[in-house]
Amino acid sequence: MTNEVKSVSGACIPLMLDDIDTDRIIPARYLRCVTFDGLGEHAFEDDRKQDPNHPFNHTKFSGASVLVAGRNFGCGSSREHAPQSLMRWGIKAVLAESFAEIFFGNCCSLGVAAVTASRDDLDKLAAAIEADPTLEVVVSLEDLKATAGDLSIPVAMPDSAREALITGEWDYLGQLLSAASAVKEHAATVPYLNAFST
Amino acid sequence: MSDRRNLFNKVWDLHDVRTLANGQTQLFIGLHLIHEVTSPQAFEILRDRNLKVAYPAQTIATVDHIVPTTDQSRPFLDGLAEKMMSAIERNCDEFGVTLLDLKDGRQGIVHVVGPEQGLTQPGMTIVCGDSHTSTHGAFGSIAIGIGTSNVAQVLATQTMFLSRPKVRRIVVNGELAPGVYAKDVILHIIQQLGVQGGVGYAYEYCGTTIDAMSIEERMTVCNMSIEGGARCGYVNPDEKTVEYLRGRPSVATGDEFERAAAWWLTLASGDDAEFDDEVVYNAADIEPTVTWGITPAQSVGVSQPLPNVSDCDASEQTLIKEALEFMGLAEGEPVKGTQIDVAFIGSCTNSRMSDLREAARIVAGHKVADNVKAIVVPGSQLVREQAMQEGLHEVFEAAGFEWREAGCSMCLAMNPDKLQGREVCASSSNRNFKGRQGSPTGRTLLMSPAMVAAAAIEGKVADIREFAGAAV
Ligand code: SF4
Repeated sequence: MTNEVKSVSGACIPLMLDDIDTDRIIPARYLRCVTFDGLGEHAFEDDRKQDPNHPFNHTKFSGASVLVAGRNFGCGSSREHAPQSLMRWGIKAVLAESFAEIFFGNCCSLGVAAVTASRDDLDKLAAAIEADPTLEVVVSLEDLKATAGDLSIPVAMPDSAREALITGEWDYLGQLLSAASAVKEHAATVPYLNAFST
Repeated sequence: MSDRRNLFNKVWDLHDVRTLANGQTQLFIGLHLIHEVTSPQAFEILRDRNLKVAYPAQTIATVDHIVPTTDQSRPFLDGLAEKMMSAIERNCDEFGVTLLDLKDGRQGIVHVVGPEQGLTQPGMTIVCGDSHTSTHGAFGSIAIGIGTSNVAQVLATQTMFLSRPKVRRIVVNGELAPGVYAKDVILHIIQQLGVQGGVGYAYEYCGTTIDAMSIEERMTVCNMSIEGGARCGYVNPDEKTVEYLRGRPSVATGDEFERAAAWWLTLASGDDAEFDDEVVYNAADIEPTVTWGITPAQSVGVSQPLPNVSDCDASEQTLIKEALEFMGLAEGEPVKGTQIDVAFIGSCTNSRMSDLREAARIVAGHKVADNVKAIVVPGSQLVREQAMQEGLHEVFEAAGFEWREAGCSMCLAMNPDKLQGREVCASSSNRNFKGRQGSPTGRTLLMSPAMVAAAAIEGKVADIREFAGAAV
C-alpha cells in the first residue's frame, strides 16, 4: 500500500530550541486561506527574518526531510497549518525531545512521523548534522531507531500512531466511517440527545 | 459501591463507541463548534469524498478570528478575509450547518458563544478546531481542541479517535486576595507546572477557590489549560452551573431541564474519586501575575523581579535568555513599571461581562496614558449589547479606550488589529508567543483585565492593589 510509512530517510535540519509554538512555525497571517497550498514557503517566516542564521535560511539544509527539534515542539494553537507548512516545505519526519499533543495528533493525520528521542541523543545527532549537513538520516519506525553515519539512537512513538503509519492506516476517516451504524446506535444512548431520559 | 470514576472518565465512558486493539477510543462527539479558519479545508475533504455532515444538529458555526472590529461592511477590505467568510457561508449553507454570522446578533468568539447560547452543557464531549476549546470544560464537559483533519472526521462521522489521557486533580484552596483574579490563578498554575506539564493529562480544577468562582471565572481557568499543555481542563458541575444554564436558548425547559440538572450533578467526581496525579495550591500564595517572556509559563507576581538567568535550571537558561532578549527586558529587574504601548481587553479568556465590568470599574474617572492605544473587544455581540445597556462603553470611551465590535481581534491579529513594530501590549488574552499579536517583533504581557486596565491608565505595568482610586 502506498500510504505505508515504515521509515523516513533523507537529510536533516537541526532546530534545537524548546517550546517552539505553532505561531512561530506558521504566523497567523498565513492562516487567511481556504486551502493549505503554498504554506511551505512561509514556514518559520518571522523567525527567519529576525535571524539570518536560522536553519531554515541555510541552503545547506534546504533539501532536508527530517527536522530535529527540542522539547514541547508544536505547542500552542491547534492549527493544522503548522504541520502542513512543514510537510509542504519538505519535512516528512520530526524528531524531538517531546511534542505538544494536538500538534502530534495533526502530524499523525498527515502521515508525518513525529518521534521522540532523548535530549542527549538529539544533541549528538544535531552536532553530527552541523558537522556534515549532507549526512543521511534514516528514521525507522519498525526498528524504532534513527541512524546517521556511525550514530544510531533509539526513538519512541506511541504504539497506536506507529502502527497506523507502518500499516498505512493513518487515514482515520475511512475507519471511522466504517463504524457508522455503531455510532448511530451509540447516539441513541447519550442522555442529552434523548431528552435526558435514557 | 460508589462510582469512583472521576468526571472525565464517566463522561468518556459514556461516549466510547468502540475501543480499537491499539487502545484508541472512537469517541462520540456531542457538540462540534466550527469557525472560519480551521474549517474550509475540512469541508473540502468532505466534498472530495462525497460525504455529508453526519449530525448537522450537533454542529454549529460562527465567525470570529478574521472579523474586523471596526468596519464590518461587506465585502471586507481584506480580500483574503472576505474569501474565508464567503467560504464558511457557502459551506454551512451547502452542508446544512447553522451559522451564527455577523448579521445574526449571536455571533462572537466561538468559546464565548457556546456557553452563552447554552450549547455547552455538562457531560458532553465538545470539540472545535481551536486549542482553547478547553474553555467549555468549565461546565463539566470533555472539551478539546482538534486539527483540521479531525474537523473533517467529526463532520463526517461525529466521532474521532483519541487515546484516554490521565487525569490530574489540581486543587486550589482558600480565598483570593483583593486584586487577584481567575486569570492569576491559571497563570500561577501554568508557572508552577510548566507549559508542557499537562501533556498527556486532562486537568480537573477543584478546591474551595474554584468552588467559589463564578462560571465565567471557571471559563477563564479552563481556557488556559492548553497553555499548560493539557488538552482539556474541567470543573465539576454544581448548582452554579445549573443556574447559569437555566433558561438559555439551547437548554431544555420544564421537566426535561430538571432531569438534565439532576443528571449533570451526578457526573461530578465524588469525594473518593480516583486520579492519576494531584497537586495542591494555596490561593494565598497567588499574586496579580504578569508574563514577561514568550511562553505563558514565563510569569511573575507583579511585585516580583524577573528571574536571574544563572539562578534558573540549566535546561531553562537558553529559553529564558531568548525570551529576555526578545522582550528587551533585563534579568532581575522588577516587572512593575515596564512601559506599554497598547492595552488590549478581549479574547476568549477574558472578554465576558464580568471581565468588562471589572475593567470598567478600574478605568472609571481615569484617562488612558498618553501614547497608549487602548481597545476593548467584547467576546460576543450579546456581551457587547449587554455592556452597552449597562453603559460600560461610555465609561471606556470617556477614559480613552476604543470600543469595538466582537471578535478575536488582537489576540492573534488575523484581522486588522495588530501591534506595530516592537510595541509592548498589556493583554488580557492567553498567548505571549513571539509575533502572536501581529507584529513579528511585537511583545505581549499577559495579565488580568483589571491589570490591563490599570496598565492602560498608568502607561506601564502597575500593581492593581496599589492603583489609585480603585478600591479592589
Ligand atoms: S480569542 Fe484568541 S485564543 Fe480565543 S479563539 Fe480567538 S484567537 Fe483563539
